[in-house]
Amino acid sequence: MTGIFLLLFCYLMGCVLSTLMHHFIPGSVLGMLLLFGALSLRWIRPAQVEGVSRFLLRHMMLFFVPVGVGLITSYSLLSHYMVAIIVASLASTVLVIAVVGWVEQRLERRMKHKTSLSKPHDGDPA
Amino acid sequence: METLLNSQLFLLTLTLGVYLAAVVLRQRFPCALLHPVLVSMAVLIGFLKLTGVDYECYREKTQVIDFLLGLSVVALGYVLHDQIRNIRGNVISIVVSIFVGSVVGILSVVWIARWLGAAPAIVASLEPKSVTTPIALAVSESSGGIPALTSIAVIVVGVFGGIVGPWVLRRIGVESRIAQGLAMGAAAHALGTARAMELGAVEGAISGLAIGLMGVTTAVLIPILERLL
Repeated sequence: MTGIFLLLFCYLMGCVLSTLMHHFIPGSVLGMLLLFGALSLRWIRPAQVEGVSRFLLRHMMLFFVPVGVGLITSYSLLSHYMVAIIVASLASTVLVIAVVGWVEQRLERRMKHKTSLSKPHDGDPA
Repeated sequence: METLLNSQLFLLTLTLGVYLAAVVLRQRFPCALLHPVLVSMAVLIGFLKLTGVDYECYREKTQVIDFLLGLSVVALGYVLHDQIRNIRGNVISIVVSIFVGSVVGILSVVWIARWLGAAPAIVASLEPKSVTTPIALAVSESSGGIPALTSIAVIVVGVFGGIVGPWVLRRIGVESRIAQGLAMGAAAHALGTARAMELGAVEGAISGLAIGLMGVTTAVLIPILERLL
């Protein structure tokens, strides 16, 4: 029960903040950051929210269903723009995968290179 | 009979039942397209069409589920905290990669969709497509998108990213395990993470972290980029 209260409280504070900034960022996302902050600052112990968090995340897929059923109301709009939707989503996905993987590997190697300059022959198996 | 069909008790029980049945179906026949959310949506849409129950009514009666969706986004804060120890020496590179990936993801989908003539509401629905559904829905709603379309796009992107991700990474020569996990989680959220888990434990954990980071970054960037575009 403490866990549920803590999550609700973070959610509430997130929504308050969101209202203050004219819903620039959704309240639930701010609530997530608040929970993360509270855990990092040790205001909340991980064990207090672990049970309820794991429960919610395990069943998260269910929570999308009612929203998805809303497709029933925008079906014609969707079918009209089908090609744009599919092409844009899929092309952008490939780009994100490539960019994130490439940038991360580049930066990792550069940092490893720097540390291996200070202590040479560290045996970098890359 | 009609009042029973329109009752909260019935609609909640039905939604849960259909969802559980879809999960079982997926366990019997493991196929990416039989995603439980897609199957549940199709069955429930069919049900509403057949019985003539109004969507507005359905949505109102199942509001508890919407509420839990918001709460589960908050719960992601726990996962983020739980995963953060996995990245010790790579904080800067991970933050930079996710930031770049988030910008590329938003801009590319907006430009391609506009170029193909999509309406503004469609573009707004697609902007958060790389992000885990609960965050994507919240973002889509506040930027004028259609949440239902966003939820479909997110699932399709996840399924697709999970399938092609490892291939794309091999093609461009990405070998780092951290980079692989990060890319999978950033582009294809939980479905990418599921695939990353198969690549290895490190990939899986980093991928889980990428979901949270990508979600936060994108949620913050979309309102900012929207003013600039």
